Amino acid sequence: MSLDPQYLEYPMRRKGMDHDLYEWSAIHERAPLALPGGAKMAVALLVSLEWFPIVPGEAPFKAPGHMLTAYPDFRHYTAREYGTRVGFYRLLDAFGKAGAKATIAVNAAIAERYPTIIDDIVAAGHEIVAHSTDMDGTIDGSLDEAAERALIRKSRDTLAAATGSAPKGWMSLARSQSWNTPRLLVEEGFAYALDWVNDDLPYRQTTPAGTLVNVPYNHELSDRQIIVTQQHSADSYVEQMQDAYRWLAGEAAPRVLPLHLTPYVMGLPFRMGAFERLLGWLAEQPQSAFLTAGDLCAALPEKAPE
Amino acid sequence: MREGERDPGLYDFRPWRDRPPLEWPGGKKVAVWVSPNIEFYEIDPPANPHRKSWPRPHPDIVPYGHRDYGNRVAHWRMAEVMSKHGFPGSVSLSVAMCQHMPEIVADAQARGWEFFSHGIYNTRYSYGMDEAQERAIIEDSIRTVREATGQTIKGWLAPALTHTPRTLDLIAEYGLTYTCDLYHDDRPNPVHVKSGKLISMPYSLEVNDHYGFFVYNMSPREYAETLIRQYDRLADEGGTVMCIPLHAYLIGQPHRIGPFEEVLRHIAADGRAWITRSGDIADHFLASGGYETAEADTARYAGARA
Repeated sequence: MSLDPQYLEYPMRRKGMDHDLYEWSAIHERAPLALPGGAKMAVALLVSLEWFPIVPGEAPFKAPGHMLTAYPDFRHYTAREYGTRVGFYRLLDAFGKAGAKATIAVNAAIAERYPTIIDDIVAAGHEIVAHSTDMDGTIDGSLDEAAERALIRKSRDTLAAATGSAPKGWMSLARSQSWNTPRLLVEEGFAYALDWVNDDLPYRQTTPAGTLVNVPYNHELSDRQIIVTQQHSADSYVEQMQDAYRWLAGEAAPRVLPLHLTPYVMGLPFRMGAFERLLGWLAEQPQSAFLTAGDLCAALPEKAPE
Repeated sequence: MREGERDPGLYDFRPWRDRPPLEWPGGKKVAVWVSPNIEFYEIDPPANPHRKSWPRPHPDIVPYGHRDYGNRVAHWRMAEVMSKHGFPGSVSLSVAMCQHMPEIVADAQARGWEFFSHGIYNTRYSYGMDEAQERAIIEDSIRTVREATGQTIKGWLAPALTHTPRTLDLIAEYGLTYTCDLYHDDRPNPVHVKSGKLISMPYSLEVNDHYGFFVYNMSPREYAETLIRQYDRLADEGGTVMCIPLHAYLIGQPHRIGPFEEVLRHIAADGRAWITRSGDIADHFLASGGYETAEADTARYAGARA
């Protein structure tokens, strides 16, 4: 038994990354973020607002949270809808009470089906980023370029029609991209994407069409990861976010604590109280600001000269 | 090992009770070594017929980016905490890191850390390699680490824990003295090899941060408490080895590093730990006659009936 000789060849064994999507950079060597008001900490709230067709699409892959039982899966269809009509409004009210601006990643289907939600988001001053068409709109390396471009355009144009302006930010379902995604996003007018989880700070990536900013929302700190995947309680989630905040606030340069929330997870009655306590605690922290993805992009310093 | 047989013949049976004492320098009770896995995962590796690298078509950017977080952000955070409390690292190194991110290798070297090989990349598996191919990765490892750091590797942790029936014989033939791939004991023990002298170095896989967070789904504080209990028990028993196997992309997350720092504080303050490196444990064990003592002790049980 032996492996193909190619298995012991390493054509990308070189300084830096093994691809050209972005450059290697160690966090402590960068110019500091310029947060508004000279803040030391940013708290970046992100909510995914999603619509799951009861007949689930499975290509290129089935999105997290999608239907699970044999058709018709009333259980998961309605539990996700609960998040949209009930949980999301609890979150909106909690943000309002804490004086917090959030980023809402919105499926285009939400704008088509429930336009008043878009009005409520805009009226509260939150930022909308495009989040594909609906929960069938997944992207990965097997999706052809024309189909991906059509999906990006439809998401963008539907939200533009609902809000009056095209979104500048994008988040893919499950944060999953193809090789083409960053370039297509630039070509279709996006300035930043929220998919990569390899950093605590925004950074620029270069595409053949120009620059795209990655604004990371660490998936390890999401309610989906901590509560759904790891099955911790809301109280444990709160403790973990506070531990994370304290650690980041103690580091030398400005830092970002991302809180990625799912309405049908955090917006449940037995979890909301814990989350509201966390939000209140965060609002009381000194030198701290609730910032959106667009704010974080704007805080990225101009590229330092080599 | 005895390829194809039901008993691989890796070592001989030796019960935990009634063993001769194992002395550590300075009369310490437990040798504690911290093992950061400094890894590079390729975004588009060639396929190995025996194991898939990424769940989704390439580029699978979430798991790839998660690991890249370790190198961009979390290594620096984790390494500072270790140095602050006086813990050197024994690095399980994807040796291609010497090419990709020499800054991290140099940082580890400057902190007085030891390097052993964890293969070329953590996305190149040993399964299916012929002898010449496996020799090539061992020779590459020895040469690459020597050129980058001046150190001669003494140990091996197979890339992504993938082995062949020849692995242990080959690393011993090349003069390596310890393997971290065998989990049958809390003390070093002789391993049967065709030539040379090889010992099993306890790697405490069950308290690996990956196991803690993704096999047992522990919260950061539960994991910290687990490490403290593991340490307290092994210090009470004495003549033991405790490894803390880490990945910066897991332990260096902002919600985990604070609780982990309490573990290092606890062990450093306890006074019963020989806080050291795996190579130093192996050197001491071999130079002080530990190998022969263990061999003689083990021989008492060969075919014996009480």
